[in-house]
Amino acid sequence: MKNYLEFEKPIADLHSKISDFSNSDNVNCRKMVQECKLELNRTRKEIFKNLTTWEKVQLARHPDRPYAKDYITSITDDFLQLHGDRLYADDEAIIGGIAKINGKSIMIIGHQKGRNVQENMRCNFGMPHPEGYRKALRLMRMAEKFNLPLITLIDTPGAYPGIGAEERGQAEAIAQNLKVMANLKVPIICIVIGEGGSGGALAIGVGDTLAMLEYTIYSVISPEGCASILWRDASMAPKAAEALKLLAEDLKKLHIIDKVLKEPLGGAHNNPKKIAQTIKKFIISELEKLEKDDLTFLLTKRYNKLREVGEFMENKSLGTF
Amino acid sequence: MKFCFDLEMLIKDLCLNEEIKMSENKQEQKSNKEKRSVPLGVWNKCDNCHEILYAKELNQNKKVCAICGYHFKFDAWDRINLLIDHETFIEYDHEMTSADPIKFEDLKMYKDRIKSAMAKSGRKDAVITGEGKLSGLKLGLGVMDFSFLGGSMGSVVGEKLTRLIENSIKEKMPVIIVSTSGGARMQESMCSLMQMAKVSATLAKLSEARLPFISVLADPTTGGVSASFAMLGDINMAEPNALIAFAGPRVIEQTIRQKLPEGFQRTEFLKEHGMIDMIVERENMKHTLSRTLKILLNLNYSDGKGVKNAKN
Repeated sequence: MKNYLEFEKPIADLHSKISDFSNSDNVNCRKMVQECKLELNRTRKEIFKNLTTWEKVQLARHPDRPYAKDYITSITDDFLQLHGDRLYADDEAIIGGIAKINGKSIMIIGHQKGRNVQENMRCNFGMPHPEGYRKALRLMRMAEKFNLPLITLIDTPGAYPGIGAEERGQAEAIAQNLKVMANLKVPIICIVIGEGGSGGALAIGVGDTLAMLEYTIYSVISPEGCASILWRDASMAPKAAEALKLLAEDLKKLHIIDKVLKEPLGGAHNNPKKIAQTIKKFIISELEKLEKDDLTFLLTKRYNKLREVGEFMENKSLGTF
Repeated sequence: MKFCFDLEMLIKDLCLNEEIKMSENKQEQKSNKEKRSVPLGVWNKCDNCHEILYAKELNQNKKVCAICGYHFKFDAWDRINLLIDHETFIEYDHEMTSADPIKFEDLKMYKDRIKSAMAKSGRKDAVITGEGKLSGLKLGLGVMDFSFLGGSMGSVVGEKLTRLIENSIKEKMPVIIVSTSGGARMQESMCSLMQMAKVSATLAKLSEARLPFISVLADPTTGGVSASFAMLGDINMAEPNALIAFAGPRVIEQTIRQKLPEGFQRTEFLKEHGMIDMIVERENMKHTLSRTLKILLNLNYSDGKGVKNAKN
């Protein structure tokens, strides 16, 4: 069962037309299918040419979008999933393990969302607890030990705000990851594949290369949260989304990220194979580049990149406030 | 999840205390040089025991309730004066102010929010950094200021703390950061979020240089600040009854639709759960910091003033 967003309605209609016609053996119907397919392509192009910020936010959260595990399965060979933080539990909101990509061994970690109620119960809608971040930390250290480049796939509404999470030190778990990733002695490539929800995303998002898929978001707070604080009205979320500059294209302009990976027409969910190929190619070529750097240079570059984020004024005479 | 949610609560908190703050601010503007004295007749109510306290007495008592020991929020400069030896503090980057990297606008322009925060607090942004001597020991100190936009961390806070730590590495000094903040500053969006990584990365360098970082957590420390440097101390100390959390209580209540138990996310709760090393009363903070650093750095207790940094 496919899901369609409000603005994907025309696409949904054409899909159902196509499936109706396809079920018939009539020659005319086959022709109609062809026509509908052309129409579908045109409609998609039309819709995706003029997407609003809010529509892009919805695409980033599209229930049919490929999730971390989908990508891991399609871009790596021989993925061996590893479980548990060795301290408390195995948090399924973060998936991780060792794998091969293009013949090369890597460590790969990502936030994992679920497709249905049962899956979401297990992986908590992709909102990790501290044990999830500590599992990630354990795998990062293992990556360093065995000199495996680290790939992270970011897709979370945020770290879970709950009693257990607070009791077990959500803040400390995130903080520790930031510190360790900043200085981890292997190349790190981070890719936002859906939602980049604040500190819960950043906790596996510090690296040498930060890329975002075209229709993904990354923000300090959810548009809904921001709207309910600043506008005192959660329904102002679309407006907040614009103000927050949370789209891949915005963040590229602000030099927060290095690369926007183009999605196929209709978004990643419309052609998961194609977007997986794009990601795979990107990882392979980035790894080749990063592995040429010697370690000191790599770490200095990583630090300097973080060092440069932010804008402020220093000279009193320049101050406009 | 929603780092800045806490801010809402904190801002509300601020409004409740507006009268008190206003009187403080007026004073601040009035007397930059002389030690402030509160006009007679200004009173505060203790949030804990609800006792009415004279502001003057409360200030003399370092903003701690004389009846029940409740720790009120404490002004950043008062904190520096409390911790640093007389006339040894040298402030860094005091002219640094916020830019508006994403031209943020909600019901108000971010620029205007900054302007009014500056006017209200008499500060340039939400942290004061510098170096000074604590019982004779030279160190880098950063003190956050809750009165400036809820102590929120944007580019200025991130940059000032980063420079503080970098300079401390260069000078081989220990670092103390006193946090009090609602979290990352929404109005700078990703620029704010990345400051968490930036400061943490610099702390990793401080660790490599084997210099101590002591994190002092004051009421409140939440969101992006607790989820970065505030929780990364070699030693984490917290004042009594401080709210220390990743997600603020309101966000959690909204998520789980349940009332939270009393004392949840307060200092004592955090110590019980292993997140902080010790609870230190304001009165004892300087002495405890000095003791801690002198033991860590293998220095002599004997003459405070003559102590040299071990690594120098």
